[in-house]
Amino acid sequence: MSELDAAIQTFVQEADELLAEMELALLGLEDNPDDSESINSVFRAMHTIKGSSGLFGFDSIVAFAHEAETVLDQVRRGQREIDGALISTLLNCKDHTSKLIEHYLTEAEQELPQELKLKGESLIKQLGGATTKQKSMPVEADSKHGTSEASDTEDDTNDSDWVILLEFGPDALRNGMDPLSFIRYLKTLGDIVDILTSTPDLPTGEAMDPESCYLHFKIVFRANTDKQSIESVFEFAEDDCEIRIIPPHSQIEHYLDLLAEPSDEDGAQVERLGEMLINIGALTPKEVAKALQRQSEDKAESPEQAKPIGEILVEQQSAEQPVVEQALKKQQSVKQKIAAEANYIRVDSEKLGKLINLVGELVISGAAMRMMVDRHGLSDVEEVAVSMNDLVSEIRDTALELRMVAIGETFSRFRRVVRDVSNELNKQIELKITGGETELDKTVVEKINDPLTHLIRNSLDHGIEMPEQRRAAGKPEQGTVHLNAYHDSGHIVIQIADDGAGLNDEKIRTKAIANGLITPDQVLTKQEVFDLIFEAGLSTKDEASNLSGRGVGMDVVRRNIEALRGSVSLDSEPGQGTTVTIHLPLTLAIIDGFMVEAEQECYIIPLSMVEECVEMSPEECEVDEIQHYVNLRGEVMPYLRLGDYFNNRKQHSNIHRESMVVVRFGQTKVGFVVDKLHGEHQTVIKPLGKVFEQLKGISGATVLGSGDVALILDVQGLVQFATRDKSRASIGLAG
Amino acid sequence: MAIEVSEKNGITIIAIQDDMTIYTASEQKARLSKYLQSGRELQINLSGVSEMDSAGLQLLLWLKQEAGRNAIKLSLVRHSQAVVEVLELLNLTGHFGDPVVISANWNAS
Repeated sequence: MSELDAAIQTFVQEADELLAEMELALLGLEDNPDDSESINSVFRAMHTIKGSSGLFGFDSIVAFAHEAETVLDQVRRGQREIDGALISTLLNCKDHTSKLIEHYLTEAEQELPQELKLKGESLIKQLGGATTKQKSMPVEADSKHGTSEASDTEDDTNDSDWVILLEFGPDALRNGMDPLSFIRYLKTLGDIVDILTSTPDLPTGEAMDPESCYLHFKIVFRANTDKQSIESVFEFAEDDCEIRIIPPHSQIEHYLDLLAEPSDEDGAQVERLGEMLINIGALTPKEVAKALQRQSEDKAESPEQAKPIGEILVEQQSAEQPVVEQALKKQQSVKQKIAAEANYIRVDSEKLGKLINLVGELVISGAAMRMMVDRHGLSDVEEVAVSMNDLVSEIRDTALELRMVAIGETFSRFRRVVRDVSNELNKQIELKITGGETELDKTVVEKINDPLTHLIRNSLDHGIEMPEQRRAAGKPEQGTVHLNAYHDSGHIVIQIADDGAGLNDEKIRTKAIANGLITPDQVLTKQEVFDLIFEAGLSTKDEASNLSGRGVGMDVVRRNIEALRGSVSLDSEPGQGTTVTIHLPLTLAIIDGFMVEAEQECYIIPLSMVEECVEMSPEECEVDEIQHYVNLRGEVMPYLRLGDYFNNRKQHSNIHRESMVVVRFGQTKVGFVVDKLHGEHQTVIKPLGKVFEQLKGISGATVLGSGDVALILDVQGLVQFATRDKSRASIGLAG
Repeated sequence: MAIEVSEKNGITIIAIQDDMTIYTASEQKARLSKYLQSGRELQINLSGVSEMDSAGLQLLLWLKQEAGRNAIKLSLVRHSQAVVEVLELLNLTGHFGDPVVISANWNAS
């Protein structure tokens, strides 16, 4: 049972992928209806799903997919035009198929709900397919070496004649062979329609040796048999006879058909050309052996001029040009497929998580070991420890890379959203995607999907105006939503930009005042006003639509993103559009950290955000102790004493030297003032418990080699604190 | 004597009274090739050929070829059942162009 479950699981996974592919292809077809690759991909999806559903007895999927497949086949053969309506219907078919699959997964025992049934029927009607769907369609038999096709050739007598060429060698008679007896035997297998006896090599006069054989025959042979059995007739003559068996025309077509069939899904392996042709019956093993021998002989003579096996086969007339070509083509495609498959191994993400956890522990114990080595001053061990440390960090990077996926796939899912929503709202919207190759942790990708959907829907619904409004505003009728991703200092930045109406900050302000978020006399910068969008209970759309605008959402978006240790900000220009920028950490597991110490407490700053370290002294930079500003080589930035921030220390003695770590988040730079710099540290992020969720400035903790705990700084939060609340902080702390 | 030769109206009639197989081919060829030089019309009586194989057939084909080369008229007469069977099997009756008389008492094959 569990095996079947696993199989079904695989089926579902495969079907999901196929359907996703199908959706992409359909959307691509909208722009480019002639793209045969896309049509094929859609067809393949339906075809494969039909096939595998049949295996599990999911009859309604089979029946439904069959109808869709039929239509797609017509499209593929150019018998039917593909247009917008058909694409829409097919998209609905895709959705319906995944619903059907879901149904079988959850309540396989029960009847198909009426609603699904009706939906399927109406879709089939829209497809213009036959309504004879209640009959469950038989799944195509896997007719790899099927006899059904071979039997077709029976009726077609003209095309079904084999041609056999026999050229007996001079020694045939002396070796006890009698060509006549072979022909007599051949007669028992079928009809000899015609036979041409010729003796082109028969010497004239006395030179003729009566005991040598000069006979050549060309036989037209009619029989429903295969090459192998014809060849076996002449088995004993082999050494003394050139045998060529030319298959009937229909047979060639049969071979081509066989070759055109997709290879087994699981057993995909690169077959040699010869093997392939033997398998479909176009060649016999002996013919191949002979060709191979000739090839190796040729090679021995002149290595450069050795011909490929296919050419030799055609030359010795064992195989026909088109068949060989088709076989080569197939070989190529199988090779490609294998190459594509070999690049991926499906791994349970749990296993991967476990590996990464273990690597994390390894990193920690590696650090512990290093500390012991340092403490005991074992110089000979040191070398070993250093090289192991290098290896550990390499393992760490590789393990983390395993979980990295390109964000492009997530992005392209939104094509459908954009398409559906713009149809629904009668807007013309184009989705532009850039930076799809940017990689980030799989766990992050999974969690970013919902917030992204929400933000995009917002852009579509609130951002982009109706075509008339756009025209009136002097903008192109078609609006654009631009999804972009790029890496920036250990973070991935995702931007959702639209060229819509933009946000009216007055309107937000009014609304915020009405909702009691701010008081009317509060002075806010534009940025601060936009940040209000992310507060709970604020929506600027006057009427809520079914897409967005009910006042829930943006706060949820922010919460979701912050849960990923990320941040979200918004920028907008009235009439020009809105850009939402999301910063996310690349990974949630292990980072390269920079360890510092303040007030005997160790802190970790993500190394990717560290710009530089300087000594906190008047020689290095001008320090404004009251305003908490430093002027570093002409660059002014706020600074924050970590000891003050976390320990609420009011007094600082200037006895010991302080250092300042300059960190950068986005465009903002801030200095963290600390007592000691410890340097780089591989940091395994251990999430803090729920109790500490509200803690500001800390994003996690890590275990040091000594067993102590160090806190990982939430640089972003601290930067915000230092820049925004600098006045309050300076007043509070300096006072 | 495996081959009987007689003359009639200036035509050399050669009656082969033996099997025409690989075992006899060499000897038969040696005997027959003499007559190809004679310049006279040849008639080969095959009624006595009780067995014929590829070598025998080949010999006939060779005779035909040589006769043509030497501008000698050559005809095969009174084919035995064994000969006809081979000629028919290989579709060679037309090649030799001689009328084949099928005797009523042949076994139906």
